[in-house]
Amino acid sequence: MTARRYKVEIPGLGAVFFCREDESLLHAIRRAGAAPGLIGCFGGGCGRCKVRLLQGQVVTGPMSRAHISEADEAAGIFLACRVYPRGPLQLALYLPQAEG
Amino acid sequence: MAITGVLRSGLMQLRVLDMDAAVKHYVDYLGMDLVGKTDDGRVMLKCWDEFDHHCFVLRLADTAGMDLMGFKVESDAYLDHLERETKAFGLPYKIIPANTDQPGFGRRLAVDLPTGHRFDFYANVEMAAETPGLKNPDIYPKTPRGMGVSCFDHALLYGPNSAEAVRYCTQVMKMGVVERAYLPDGENVLCTWLTSANRTHDVAILEYDKPGKLHHVGFKLEDWTEIGKAADIISINDIALDAGPMRHGVTRGKTIYFFDPSGNRDEVYAGGYAYYPDMPVREWDFDQIGKGIFYYTRELNDAFLSVVT
Repeated sequence: MTARRYKVEIPGLGAVFFCREDESLLHAIRRAGAAPGLIGCFGGGCGRCKVRLLQGQVVTGPMSRAHISEADEAAGIFLACRVYPRGPLQLALYLPQAEG
Repeated sequence: MAITGVLRSGLMQLRVLDMDAAVKHYVDYLGMDLVGKTDDGRVMLKCWDEFDHHCFVLRLADTAGMDLMGFKVESDAYLDHLERETKAFGLPYKIIPANTDQPGFGRRLAVDLPTGHRFDFYANVEMAAETPGLKNPDIYPKTPRGMGVSCFDHALLYGPNSAEAVRYCTQVMKMGVVERAYLPDGENVLCTWLTSANRTHDVAILEYDKPGKLHHVGFKLEDWTEIGKAADIISINDIALDAGPMRHGVTRGKTIYFFDPSGNRDEVYAGGYAYYPDMPVREWDFDQIGKGIFYYTRELNDAFLSVVT
């Protein structure tokens, strides 16, 4: 059976691409060349690929608490290497200075 | 015996976010052997060419990175000597009794480095149940699995106050400085490669603002052929690749960097020259570090220097 693919948008970058349900968002971001600065360990350990989910359903894997707190998770802030889409998504790159 | 004092790096305890995935990575893909579980659920591993009880411990945690790195020393008397020297140097330390949190290990001297890392020294370790053969030995105790890493070789540590940590390594541990890379000012040191015997490095220490960080743990392979097979295994199993197969200018080792499922960086490493204590230090200018680390492309990838756990 072919894995489902979902549309992912990063409006801040004007990027639109597709992510399979069985691959992490970071894999799709890398393939699209959307944000090379996010490329890190792909294991939820280094914290480099922090993103904010604006819209959509996802499932997540384990992420280091050194980088993603419980409050972050509740606010939709994740590491893209540990996020798997379950529907179309809208994302923003995480910018701490925009948090207020 | 000409190699005295501190003999080699021989122990690493890593934090992992998913134990099952970590065990699959280190046992099935790297080819380490499962030694057992501690009472508190940590998993002990060893490589096929090692005699000591275990060299690697995985601890389930909510962060990745390293808990401690260990070095074997020649004797209990030397361990006592190292304790006195550490006290005189002025680093905090504690003594950990035998057979406690590291089964099979004798008394340890656990020293807190100013980089935020912990070095444990030990003189005695029980022999592993399965070791290389001693009487009419075959080349391997059994056919190696996966990449077939033969031993835990070295680690690259990131932290502040690296000059002070290097001073402890050279003055107290009596390690040799094998190579050194400078910051752009050409005077202050970015990274120092240190050895206690003939390896090109048992540990390297890089100046970094955040304490206690791990850049990578290195495992030994024999040659290019084994590095190539490791690259095959990385692709077949969709392991996150960082860089390589390639070669270092520093140490001349052949290498691949990749990540374990918790984002800790691993290296498989082959070759490099043999170090002797009469060798002068090889040095790298900041603008040549690309060639020093990634000898063929002569450019670092974006993630290499800055991605750590």
